[in-house]
Amino acid sequence: MSLEIYIDLILVIFLAITGIAVIYVRNLFAVAMLSGIYSLLMASIFVVLDAVDVAFTEAAVGAGISTILMLGVLAITGNREKVSNKSPILPLLIVICTGALLVYGTWDLPIFGDPNAPVHTHVAPEYIANTYKHTGMPNIVTAVLASYRGYDTLGEVGVIFTAGVGVLLLLSRRKTTNKLNQKSKSEDQS
Amino acid sequence: MDLILSHINYWVAIALMMIGFYALIARGNLIKTIIGLNIFQASVFLLYITFGKVSGGTAPILQKNTELYSNPLPHVLILTAIVVGVATTSLGLALVVKIYESYGTIEEDEIAKLDAQEEN
Repeated sequence: MSLEIYIDLILVIFLAITGIAVIYVRNLFAVAMLSGIYSLLMASIFVVLDAVDVAFTEAAVGAGISTILMLGVLAITGNREKVSNKSPILPLLIVICTGALLVYGTWDLPIFGDPNAPVHTHVAPEYIANTYKHTGMPNIVTAVLASYRGYDTLGEVGVIFTAGVGVLLLLSRRKTTNKLNQKSKSEDQS
Repeated sequence: MDLILSHINYWVAIALMMIGFYALIARGNLIKTIIGLNIFQASVFLLYITFGKVSGGTAPILQKNTELYSNPLPHVLILTAIVVGVATTSLGLALVVKIYESYGTIEEDEIAKLDAQEEN
């Protein structure tokens, strides 16, 4: 118990440092790599906190696919971030006020790992007790995702499909618009 | 020290949330904004998974000789949220590519300037 809480402490501090570095670094390729490191650290923390399935997904999707997408976009748009002359004081003030309010809210939260916290006493024990009887699967997370909440997962597939169609529609129209531009240019020249 | 150990995950989640929020509202670069959104999302994931941890428990995969498991329900919620998160990220990045092709820049203030010129 005590060892895993110290590992968690160290990883979480690394995570905060990476987050601050993302804000400071201006080179966007470096920022994309930092966000990959951020996801990988997050996945390690999920393993320490016993969420192994979530860690798998975060490592594959967050550190893998997101970083590749980001690098693909950077290859098109270039990696310079302009130094903006906007004053950072107002956003900083908003962020600090919101953060202080949220930290004030944490005093009422159950302490880390408390087995008697309300989250652990309501429905979770029933799932842990009955999942193997109902579904025959030892992995409770998979059982809830694919069996108890199967329709929700189907809806999630719908969300991903919609996003995929949206991306395809946005990106496939660029060739036609380019052609239109070229056509109008050639008409202008003639 | 006990207070720090029992609340550090909440505080770091809040700090990361605020870092992402700052990147969203203070930075004009569209890709930086999307990365800020990602950081914000991931901080919420951290908060949920922290709620699900039971000290002394193991991963919620049933096995012999084990009685105490961490709460599996936040894990299920966050598994769904991660996948939906990458869907929104990809859609946002596709919009960035589109904006770059129309304006030749991904800086918010330059885009606003170009829009103003077009209106005049």
